[in-house]
Amino acid sequence: MHLETLAHGHSLFHRLDPRGKLAVALAYSLVMATGQSAWAGGAGLGLCLAGCLAARLPGRELLKRLAAVNAFTALLWVMLPWQVYPAGDGWLGLRHHPPGIFLAGMITLKANAIVLGLTLLLATSTVNQVFHALAHWRISPRLLQVFFFFYRYLHVLHREWHRMHQAARARGFQPRTSWHTYRTYAYLTGGLLVRSYDRAQRVYQAMLCRGFQGTYWLLDHFQWQRRDDYFLLWGGLLVALLLVLELAA
Amino acid sequence: MSLIRMTGIHFAYPGRPPVFAGLDFSLEEGQRVGILGPNGAGKSTLFLLAMGLLSAQAGAVELFGQAMRREADFAPLRTRLGYCFQDPDDQLFCPTVLEDVAFGPLNQGLERGQALERAHRALAELGLDGFAERVTYQLSGGEKRLVTLATVLALRPQALLLDEPTAGLDPQTQARFESVLQKSQLPWAVISHDHGFLRRLCHQVLELSGGRLTPLA
Repeated sequence: MHLETLAHGHSLFHRLDPRGKLAVALAYSLVMATGQSAWAGGAGLGLCLAGCLAARLPGRELLKRLAAVNAFTALLWVMLPWQVYPAGDGWLGLRHHPPGIFLAGMITLKANAIVLGLTLLLATSTVNQVFHALAHWRISPRLLQVFFFFYRYLHVLHREWHRMHQAARARGFQPRTSWHTYRTYAYLTGGLLVRSYDRAQRVYQAMLCRGFQGTYWLLDHFQWQRRDDYFLLWGGLLVALLLVLELAA
Repeated sequence: MSLIRMTGIHFAYPGRPPVFAGLDFSLEEGQRVGILGPNGAGKSTLFLLAMGLLSAQAGAVELFGQAMRREADFAPLRTRLGYCFQDPDDQLFCPTVLEDVAFGPLNQGLERGQALERAHRALAELGLDGFAERVTYQLSGGEKRLVTLATVLALRPQALLLDEPTAGLDPQTQARFESVLQKSQLPWAVISHDHGFLRRLCHQVLELSGGRLTPLA
């Protein structure tokens, strides 16, 4: 399992300090998520698209991520553009509802703009770098530990799941629509839960053995450079511009 | 003074027949003990009890001459024993190798600079100089093993408890592991199924079977 497909590259966005990127990403997402203006949404989307092109992010991977978001927004397009007329007017008592169409459009626009922005700013760092950047911004250490442990042991659990699955297949297991299949998957899932619980206990014991008293230490890894100053400045200006568009609307 | 002294230990996992009923075990200064025995004989359990990570239903545990009764007794003494777990994935939980190796020294109250220096030195001792910034879960099995040893050596422990440290290692990595251990002056207790390995590394080999430790001729 590889979640860092976009993290390794040589573009400016890959080389920027994750702390700066995180700050701009947060401000950008806030402005986008709370905004009501289609102009601001469109401008944000355009900026991020341009950024993704500049960072030479592979189109396939971007489309895959956008497809995942738009699977949700597609659901909105099924629900929102209709209004029910109890009198039985229109097709099955349903009629077009322009404000609903606009709303579905806005949500789609904003969701895509935010996902592209986060992909450009956060996915160009490794998960560990984002984790460290969060720590430098003094996010609650407890949340960070949950985030990090989740990511660290996701790999281990995924491997365990894979091993169990292989073991099942090696004995002729083929998923079908049958009770045997459901039961087997239930066993695998149950097995994974039990193993995770045991694993969590052993990790905690290992931490105690090295004197863990509640502090999860992090070491400095980043070097803030001149280009990060410029990025923060430009990023801040562009987010401010989006905010102005928003307020003007 | 005994580093570890366990006397009359009774222990059973809930709902299972007893693992130990009156077990005695000790590790003395300068002593190197190998432990072998069938699967499920309680070898790992013995170490977990010695570290206070499990508590015995009866019997006494002493570490460095002090009686251990509750968690508060064990906590300050744990880092004086370097315990290597059977599965390196249990032990490497920090993002990078350097952070993982520095984790123990920082817990011991060392300043950042000192802890880092100690971590770097422990890595260098194992020939892992270039590994500091590597991400722990992307290491190979052999590398993970060596790094767990580094995390434990960075504690500057007074003795090592190694649970199947060479399981799954290729001959080269195993030889490297052995030579690092041979160079250290530490006493240890090692669990392994590899008879030759135990003979090379230990003064005495004990067999744990049926809840009893007996010296192997």
